[in-house]
Amino acid sequence: MSGKMQIKLKVNGEDHEFSAEPRELLVHALRERLNLTGSHVGCETGHCGVCTVTLNGKSIKSCTMFVAQADGAELTTVEGMGSPDNLHVLQEAFREHHGLQCGYCTPGMIMRAAKLLEEIPNPTEEQVRFGMAGNLCRCTGYQNIVKSIMAAASEMNSAKEAAQ
Amino acid sequence: MIPAAFDYYRPNDLDGVISLLQEHGDDARVIAGGHSLIPLMKLRMAEVPHLIDLQSIEELTGIENGARIRIGAMTTQADIIDNASLASSAPILKEASLQIADPQVRYMGTVGGNVANGDPGNDMPGLMQCLDATFILRGPNGGREVKARDFYHAAYMTEREDDEVMVAVTFDAPKGGYAYEKQKRKIGDYATAAAAVIISKDGSKCKEASIAMTNLSDTPVFCGAASDCLIGTSVSAEDIKNAVNSMIDAIDPAEDNRGPVEFKKHAAAVVLSRAIERAWQRA
Repeated sequence: MSGKMQIKLKVNGEDHEFSAEPRELLVHALRERLNLTGSHVGCETGHCGVCTVTLNGKSIKSCTMFVAQADGAELTTVEGMGSPDNLHVLQEAFREHHGLQCGYCTPGMIMRAAKLLEEIPNPTEEQVRFGMAGNLCRCTGYQNIVKSIMAAASEMNSAKEAAQ
Repeated sequence: MIPAAFDYYRPNDLDGVISLLQEHGDDARVIAGGHSLIPLMKLRMAEVPHLIDLQSIEELTGIENGARIRIGAMTTQADIIDNASLASSAPILKEASLQIADPQVRYMGTVGGNVANGDPGNDMPGLMQCLDATFILRGPNGGREVKARDFYHAAYMTEREDDEVMVAVTFDAPKGGYAYEKQKRKIGDYATAAAAVIISKDGSKCKEASIAMTNLSDTPVFCGAASDCLIGTSVSAEDIKNAVNSMIDAIDPAEDNRGPVEFKKHAAAVVLSRAIERAWQRA
């Protein structure tokens, strides 16, 4: 019993297949097998949100999911958002508005904020705070994170309007 | 934190789940959203040699709206929040769901897991008792129905047998005003105290009332006597006080890191007063 199983994941548009014990946590598979170390391990108890990724269109905490549960899923991690030379609008906004200090929580913040803005493209500050409640930051006091997300929202909305 | 090893199964139908449960007995558990079970497994407070994932079972999904509402066990809190027709026919579900955990957890956390787990800290059990909901279970001998008010025996001890699966919850669309009021230390915490209240009006008097409390005993507490204190009254400050006093007699909180017993009784009184006031305003 308790052998390995074949796991298939599509991460940032790329197909991966590997053999793993079902009990392996998704965040460890992403970091250690696929070398996608942007998703961090923080509290490991589902509270802090630094391991947040998008799985089949939902923001989830990858420390509270077994890799077996994710078998067959499509994921986006922070590596799928932008690159150092070509930052995502949210990443650029966090840089511009000092939405980070130590940066440990930032990948989770970016991933959750991206999903939030997909669901509510024009949020109020209150909606941002409520929608980001599953992500903890011990540096910024949140003010600049909220400011960054509001700025990214208006940037994305004006880009959309310009395109129409 | 890595749990003990287990075998993983993802059956496509309920018969497959039930036969695995029969084969492995106590060594098997079903997993829905996993946000109660996975932390316990990681801490090795739960050992599950055979883990049966319910994510591919169509029969456990879906929300049927109408005079009688049916919510499949695998419906997530996020599904409830996003369902506009449910938000209009039974708005107390959305109000309560928005107070559970945080956005990421609400994408995963299910109604079935929340009611079946038997954790006194879960919010849905008290809410289901307030709604006088019925739980639909399926086992080797077919389906059966159990009233939410009869389901909970003690912490993690419920009417569900080891080889039964929670399939759905059903309840009549509630009438009148509603409120789910929850006091918690921080986002993501369980309630220090929470109250579910539904009140209907006849003219200026209360016609029907239903009150249930969360995390104030080792089971949810349906407060029939407290509900009766409101019926036929104009829900004055005095009537609310009577209902609150009756509720205090029905709960049995234990001291823990959320506070001593007296504080919990105080918090229970505050959340219930607020919930009754809000429900009455909406009635």
